[in-house]
Amino acid sequence: MSEHATVAVDTTAPLADVVPVRGPRWYAGRDATMVYILLAFLAYAALSIPRFASPVTTGFLLLDVVPTLLIAMPMTLIIVTGEIDLSVASIAGLSSAVLGVAWASGTGIWVSIFLALGAGLLAGIFNGVLVAYVGLPSLAVTIGTLALFRGLALVVIGDNAVANFPNEITALASAKLGTSGIPLVILPVVFVVLVFGLVLHHTAFGRGLYAMGYSKDAAHFVGINVGNSKFWLYVASGLVSAAAGVFWTLRYTSARSDNASGLELTVIAAVLLGGVSIFGGKGSIPGVLAGVLLIGSLNYALRLGRVSDVVLVTVTGLLLIASVIAPSVSAAVGRWRHSQRLRRHLARDQGAEPG
Amino acid sequence: MEASAAAQGPVLLAVHGALKTFGPVVALADGTIELRAGEILALCGENGAGKSTLVKILAGVHAPDAGTFTMDGAPCAFRSVADSKATGISVIYQEPTLFPDLSVAENIFIGRQPKNRLGLIDHAQMRRDAASLFTRLGVPMNPGRRAEGLSIADQQLIEIAKAISLDAKVLVMDEPTAALSGAEVERLFKVARALRDAGAAILFISHRFDEVFALADRITVMRDGRYISTHRTTETSVAAIVHEMVGRDVDALFPARNAEPGPIVLQVSGLGRRGVFRDIDFCVRAGEIVALAGLVGAGRTEVARAIFGIDKSTSGTVSVNGHELAPGNPQSAIAAGIGFVPEDRRKQGLVMDLSVARNTALTLRRRFSRFGLIDFRAEKRTAATWARTLQVKISSMDQAVATLSGGNQQKVVLAKWLATEPKVLIIDEPTRGIDVGTKAEVHRLIAELAGHGMAILMISSELPEVLGMADRVLVMHEGLISAALERSEATPESVMHAATGSKEAAT
Repeated sequence: MSEHATVAVDTTAPLADVVPVRGPRWYAGRDATMVYILLAFLAYAALSIPRFASPVTTGFLLLDVVPTLLIAMPMTLIIVTGEIDLSVASIAGLSSAVLGVAWASGTGIWVSIFLALGAGLLAGIFNGVLVAYVGLPSLAVTIGTLALFRGLALVVIGDNAVANFPNEITALASAKLGTSGIPLVILPVVFVVLVFGLVLHHTAFGRGLYAMGYSKDAAHFVGINVGNSKFWLYVASGLVSAAAGVFWTLRYTSARSDNASGLELTVIAAVLLGGVSIFGGKGSIPGVLAGVLLIGSLNYALRLGRVSDVVLVTVTGLLLIASVIAPSVSAAVGRWRHSQRLRRHLARDQGAEPG
Repeated sequence: MEASAAAQGPVLLAVHGALKTFGPVVALADGTIELRAGEILALCGENGAGKSTLVKILAGVHAPDAGTFTMDGAPCAFRSVADSKATGISVIYQEPTLFPDLSVAENIFIGRQPKNRLGLIDHAQMRRDAASLFTRLGVPMNPGRRAEGLSIADQQLIEIAKAISLDAKVLVMDEPTAALSGAEVERLFKVARALRDAGAAILFISHRFDEVFALADRITVMRDGRYISTHRTTETSVAAIVHEMVGRDVDALFPARNAEPGPIVLQVSGLGRRGVFRDIDFCVRAGEIVALAGLVGAGRTEVARAIFGIDKSTSGTVSVNGHELAPGNPQSAIAAGIGFVPEDRRKQGLVMDLSVARNTALTLRRRFSRFGLIDFRAEKRTAATWARTLQVKISSMDQAVATLSGGNQQKVVLAKWLATEPKVLIIDEPTRGIDVGTKAEVHRLIAELAGHGMAILMISSELPEVLGMADRVLVMHEGLISAALERSEATPESVMHAATGSKEAAT
């Protein structure tokens, strides 16, 4: 050993003294960054936009994000596995149509809601079978079902709108908790978010989803049932999207075939903004929560400021692109700083060495 | 004679103090080589010694963090693949990536096809140019055929032809022989020697010492990301090089074991998969190491996959301790106590971007769950215990396994399965792409596991490993077990005969 050059950098204990080896810290990760951006934006909006900081805002803002937030939950899990579901908004539309027609034909409101959710469940099963068991690419399958389910909605309800839902039900959809301005419906939504958060982050099933997102082969080799996992995600996505459709219908008191159209893009934008990698394997529910709320409050603030929808869409698009670029930029900066530090360290070491 | 003449040529490519880090891991601390015109320089080192990193820097794939680089005495940069090409360096990889749908000639001249007066590709000219390149290399090859279906050896020759057409002054061959047959290696060496004699500089990387000593004029040794030494091939020996590579003497011998096999643990009866293999009958006893030998493509890996349930068998049964497994169901195999270390670590064995802790615990997801929720602390504790037991070199349990060397990655795969406390461990190519030092460690570990009563089924293409480790050797040939040899009967000759299906009398 001694006849060889002195090892200045011990590769077996890689540079622990030069570069602190960072474990995941809750205040430094991608999720936390999203929360900071969200808080900064809320503070800015509260100070500079008149009427933003009020219970009315809280109420409308939260009601506005409910469908996005709901659908973003299963969408996060699906994107973590490296797949995608583009048919969510069409499923919401289909469930809205089913609810309207069922109610209009004299079915009880709760049974109608049940039927609407059932339609979503079936739609999810359809997607799930094609993606998980037939093995078709999810992008192709759900582009197809995006059109198919929207078409079915049109078949079910036609050009009509059903609006005469019972008052006590529609009131429930926008009821507030006391004077806080927080909508009642947030309670079940929080429950859904908690369930999906626990499933993704704290269960064996969720752990398997990350593994699948990185490498389906490796996941298969440790006994993860890739097909079944995907199937259940699409079923969950169908059911939750239908619930979002029911909420949409009741909140606007209108069952139409084109309800929630285009919502899939908002949802996917929010999920990606929340730090979920479109390639799979990365992302978290808290990050997505922040992403959804950021897009929601941004939209709301712009609308309060009477900014037109065009600007709104543009801003959302820019945000999304920024969120995709940001990690690469910060990684590049990190690499550069690391190599600088290392160079200094090596220079110092070589200076200290005789010869 | 040639060697000494070559070694006096002028230094063409000089690299000093090349540094490359990935996060906290130093992949290359001091990459140094001096490559002379008209010589073949071999680069030796264990896996993780920094050879591949150095090659990737020369190829322009990884930008170095520091270091001086000169070509013909003039400083040169390696910030991109284009930089590297402009400098006159061409890299021949172990498995070239050609465009299968294009012709051989098109692959050679891709992006710089000769044009005719109309500005269109002049196919005839291109084929003529390609043909003359192959004439120069002295190998017959039809430039008009599609690249699809060409052997790896032929694909490498196309890459070499491409390099010559680019006027490459330096050819880097990164483990080119790993997937070649004996005759193909000889042909490659002939081409390499011809290029050297024509004045090219060749950097040759191989794990096989016989090849290094047969081909190289000089040998540079690297260890732990640093330059160690350079020797004339004629003035050194395998033992001396190995000593410098590992920094110590390797007890190259396989661990001695006194096998006292227990009851049958794994019983495979009449296992078959249509069109792949059939009539596979064997058992593995507790404390026994059974090797599955044979040529690549004989169906060894496929048998292992069917036993574990990755692929569904079409006939026969697999049972562990008398309990029959459901076919095509890895979960059932795992539950019955089988662990499977697959041959492709990067794609099948590990989730490369996940941390060491998560990878280790991936097999135990359910065991750590209480009321369906994972106990993170228990997960990390167990993973850390196994990492310590197997002496995995890591800076943190949260480090992504992608940043580890091949040997350490293999240890993580082993840890992951050992953590399930399996009764049967199937290991497919336990030491492929692993450095000499870790290899011995893995061998010792496998012997130890058998000593503790684990039944081990090992697939290996390395004959010394098979003969050194196994209590019994099953040799496969074209989907059938062609021989079952006791340790005393297993010799390189008997195994190779059975593997090639040739009769003993034939040779």
